[in-house]
Amino acid sequence: MEQSQGPRQMESLQDRGRDLAGGLARETLTINMGPQHPATHGVLRLVLELEGEVIVSCQPVIGYLHTGIEKEMEYRTYHQNIALVDRIEYLSSYHEELAYCMAVEKLLGVEVPKRAQYIRVILCELNRIASHLVWLGTTGIDLNVSSLLMYCFRDRERILEMSEMVSGQRMMPGYFRIGGVAADLPDEFFPAVRQFLEEFPRRLDEYEAMLTDNLVWRRRHEGIAVLSREDALRYGVTGPTLRGSGVAYDVRKAFPYSSYEDFEFDVPTGENGDAFDRYRVRMEEMRQARRIVLQALDRLPDGPVLVEDRKVALPPRGELVRSMEAVIHHFKLVSEGIHPPKGEVYAAVESPRGEKGYYIVSDGSNRPVRVRVRAPSFSNLQALPAMVRGGMLADVVVAIASIDIVLGDVDR
Amino acid sequence: MRVTLTPVQEFLAERLGDGALEAHAFRGDATVVVARERVVEVLQAVRDEPWRFEVLLDLTAWDRYPAEPRFEVVYHLLSLPRGERLRIKTRVPGEDPVLPSAVPVFAGANWFEREVWDLFGIRFQGHPNLVRILMPDDWEGHPLRRDYPLTEEPVEFRGHVPKVPSQIIPHAPPRRDP
Repeated sequence: MEQSQGPRQMESLQDRGRDLAGGLARETLTINMGPQHPATHGVLRLVLELEGEVIVSCQPVIGYLHTGIEKEMEYRTYHQNIALVDRIEYLSSYHEELAYCMAVEKLLGVEVPKRAQYIRVILCELNRIASHLVWLGTTGIDLNVSSLLMYCFRDRERILEMSEMVSGQRMMPGYFRIGGVAADLPDEFFPAVRQFLEEFPRRLDEYEAMLTDNLVWRRRHEGIAVLSREDALRYGVTGPTLRGSGVAYDVRKAFPYSSYEDFEFDVPTGENGDAFDRYRVRMEEMRQARRIVLQALDRLPDGPVLVEDRKVALPPRGELVRSMEAVIHHFKLVSEGIHPPKGEVYAAVESPRGEKGYYIVSDGSNRPVRVRVRAPSFSNLQALPAMVRGGMLADVVVAIASIDIVLGDVDR
Repeated sequence: MRVTLTPVQEFLAERLGDGALEAHAFRGDATVVVARERVVEVLQAVRDEPWRFEVLLDLTAWDRYPAEPRFEVVYHLLSLPRGERLRIKTRVPGEDPVLPSAVPVFAGANWFEREVWDLFGIRFQGHPNLVRILMPDDWEGHPLRRDYPLTEEPVEFRGHVPKVPSQIIPHAPPRRDP
């Protein structure tokens, strides 16, 4: 009996095996990446549907870092909000402050002094280099080039030190004011920035020599996470991610602000829209940022760094002991704040991630009715499923790194 | 006050006839306000040739509470060939906050509309997946509404003095012109 059943049992097992294999081939596997994952650059969760190693669909789940800053801003005066906006896109706080201040200045109809505009440009471009260095270093970590992070952070550290000289803070500077900047640049800033800019191209060449011709780096980037020009436009993608797809849109060129029309610089673009093009665009942007800072330093005009209008900007400290009027203005500005006219404005800057816009609605009171932050990372992340669909699971890590999102910016 | 309209504003005013509620350009931002039934048609019209406002930069809303119509939904568009931005607005009443979805025209409207639904409670008809995006799935209420209070999270220790809104500078109403 035992013997006669043996072969039949084997056969049915083989059948079952075939069924199982067939069933598995048709079945998709859903896995969860994040919210705690070293390669998601923050608290981002991706629900990935896989067929073997191939991505069938990708669904980003966001909101883990939602802090309600837009709501909070409705309860504070225009000046108090500068401290809040720093925390949104925390790797490029200077751009965040600039966009917010520009929107309020546009609402007020205030013209910022030329020297303040140049100082803003210098700090924003240095901030762009620092932000791109974080992107480069963390991309390296994702692709197992861990020494790169140390090199990048070494250079970034020097920019943070310069930020500390200028504003007293390494990150979240709170340095820009409505109508200018808080204080003039200190003397020790100039030699520091000159020395950094002199050494920086050599460093950048070194990194490029290490990466651009590296076989592993190229294989992991070329043809990976391709975003077509059409998809990029459909999803409202901006910044280096859009330029990597071949669209030369840069807010600094299209809608010049803060005297960017005075400076010569190129807008690098890619052709294929893959991760390698985005890498090359950002590397070139660091060189262009250096070029802009050098021009701004050479041509830095003299003059005030804050508007003279006492209804907008605080009077200088020294005036408070001499003038009663200055004391009254100081008191009114600190206790009540400014009253912009009724209206709505949109102002945008080119942050390291794309178009960072502020839409502010004012009812004429000392607090905004609505502050909307147009977050570039939010739109860029929305295009991620289009990039990774049909690709390999391991390339999702490259795709996330190549769009350089900041989750504080995505969730606000 | 007479304002000079940009060509696209004139085109829309002409095309919509009485459907265009107003057009203005405060501080140089070209704005067109349209009725909510026609907003998708308008978006489609400016997206195509010759205007090519192909990029939906932003889609958001704000609460005009207690005024009616209560909500204003705001679209910011970008035309790369013309190098222009355009703001299109529409008004939505508070008791019936429904609006046609812009997803068929701009794929990027998907997440923006989910965010507006999440934070303002404005529904978009024809949206493929209108669920919360920033707040937790089981959240009650829509936090960016003006009648939704700004509160503090409860803490478990003693001796805590609530800070909100006492630490915040009180609201000063608009100044009247002298």
